[in-house]
Amino acid sequence: MPVARAEVEKIAHLARLNVSEQEIASLATDLSKIIDLVDQINQAQTEGITPMPHSLETLTQRLREDEVTESNQRELFQSLTSHTEAGLYLVPKVIDQE
Amino acid sequence: MHQMTLAELVNGLAQKTFSSVELTDHFLARIAAIDKQLNSFITVTADHARAQAKMSDKQRALGQAGLLSGIPLAHKDIFCTQGVKTSCGSKMLDNFIAPYNATVVSQMEAAGMVMLGKTNMDEFAMGSSNETSFYGPVRNPWNTQTVPGGSSGGSAAAVAARLTPAATGTDTGGSIRQPAALCGITGLKPTYGRISRFGMIAFASSLDQAGPFAQTAQDIALLLNSMAGFDPKDSTSVDQSVPDYTAHLAAPLAGKTIGLPKEYFEKGLDPAVAACIEETIQIFTKLGARFQEISLPHSPLSVATYYVVASAECSSNLSRYDGVRYGYRCEAPIDLEDLYKRSRAEGFGSEVKRRIMMGTYALSTGYYDTYYLKAQKVRKLISRDFQDAFNQVDFILGPTSSTCAFKLGEKSHDPVSMYLSDIYTIATNLAGLPGLSFPAGFVKGLPVGVQLIGKHFDESTLLNAAHLYQQETKWHQHMPAIEEK
Repeated sequence: MPVARAEVEKIAHLARLNVSEQEIASLATDLSKIIDLVDQINQAQTEGITPMPHSLETLTQRLREDEVTESNQRELFQSLTSHTEAGLYLVPKVIDQE
Repeated sequence: MHQMTLAELVNGLAQKTFSSVELTDHFLARIAAIDKQLNSFITVTADHARAQAKMSDKQRALGQAGLLSGIPLAHKDIFCTQGVKTSCGSKMLDNFIAPYNATVVSQMEAAGMVMLGKTNMDEFAMGSSNETSFYGPVRNPWNTQTVPGGSSGGSAAAVAARLTPAATGTDTGGSIRQPAALCGITGLKPTYGRISRFGMIAFASSLDQAGPFAQTAQDIALLLNSMAGFDPKDSTSVDQSVPDYTAHLAAPLAGKTIGLPKEYFEKGLDPAVAACIEETIQIFTKLGARFQEISLPHSPLSVATYYVVASAECSSNLSRYDGVRYGYRCEAPIDLEDLYKRSRAEGFGSEVKRRIMMGTYALSTGYYDTYYLKAQKVRKLISRDFQDAFNQVDFILGPTSSTCAFKLGEKSHDPVSMYLSDIYTIATNLAGLPGLSFPAGFVKGLPVGVQLIGKHFDESTLLNAAHLYQQETKWHQHMPAIEEK
């Protein structure tokens, strides 16, 4: 089942990935092939089967006590980028002032 | 020294036949002389290693050295190593110096192991040939025109070429077992939740597991003793006691029943590989095991199910790479959307982008039920197949890979044919079961691996079987003829 160009563009936007003209074409082809592969799952009879989001059915989300166990390491973590100022991360302006 | 197994090196250090400094220098020299042919290391931490080796020798002199103290080890570049570059094989993290240690790294450090460096891998662990790395492909030391397998290709190649006696890897769809098979070494993917994922860069959270590579099952058992265990920092870590995996390695196999999934021996399996598996069956029979044919009827849907689940999970996990707090950031972004879109487009390679796109598609409105939800139900069916099988047999045997190492570039143009390389390993990840691959012969000079799949938390049974096999055979002792050029 071929994937339309518009679909590729929409998915790329959702995934926040820039795609060039050539990439749109090759992604459409590749995605179509992958979707043909994964479409096979629709052959399975899954009436009454509960979904299994995890590989161990006994696994449940463990919670811990609401106590402070970590320390603030902002300086250490912010050393990973030069785009910081006054303990904040710098990004292009988001709010339009017009 | 490099031909010795980890267990032999442990003895050597204990007997003071050589020191950790001598051992470490020996491996560092081998890496310097040989690795340019393989490209198995991204970062070699020579100074750090020498310092750790010195420390180990000091502790040994004081009678304070632990069992694995002073033994060299390489870590797949997916594990965060404090103060050391951690790239995950990607341009996205080329500038990333991890600010903390993964639990696995801390555990091995606490055990006194000496970190030689960080090994090459498929980008973000996505691949079956180690051809998608930003740092160039890794070559198989058995034939450098072929791939070592992936995504833990660097770790597998390094152990195979005896550049390190042991290495860590990760396995999401076969990324430890398949390279172990293609490189002629032993590799274990433990039960999901057995080893901590804290500090292990996430690809597909419900599938990822860390595991060891080494020459023998005994070596794997030694490493697993230090790697396994509950970690409160990993919310998917299972609080299950860790047995001594070395304790029952030599227990006799008599009375054990091994399952042979009929679906694994149908079309697609190279006849020469099938012949090696057949010989392996003979050996296990001689060792006292009984074989029984079983069926895993939903096997043909494993790859499809995996590529929905893993892609969906990776599209979520990789959304953290946005150019803001760490990692690659594009030049002169014009607005926030441009920052995200270009940082990600420029930082990620094409396979990663394909999978993110597939995952996003599978989770998007209108497709969620058809793909993601459906895949979770098929996952349940696949898991149930194994549960039913384990009511009849103690563990399962099959091939690890349908072929031996293929040529570089042979499958990289067609993503789907690459995905099918994982046909025998993928279901194990979906069901969270332990899987062990070990060498079982050669076809035209290239290694063949056999895989054992066990019940949840039954790594001991697999290691025991493989250990007995390795007392009867010498495949695991073979070393590629790769020397300094």
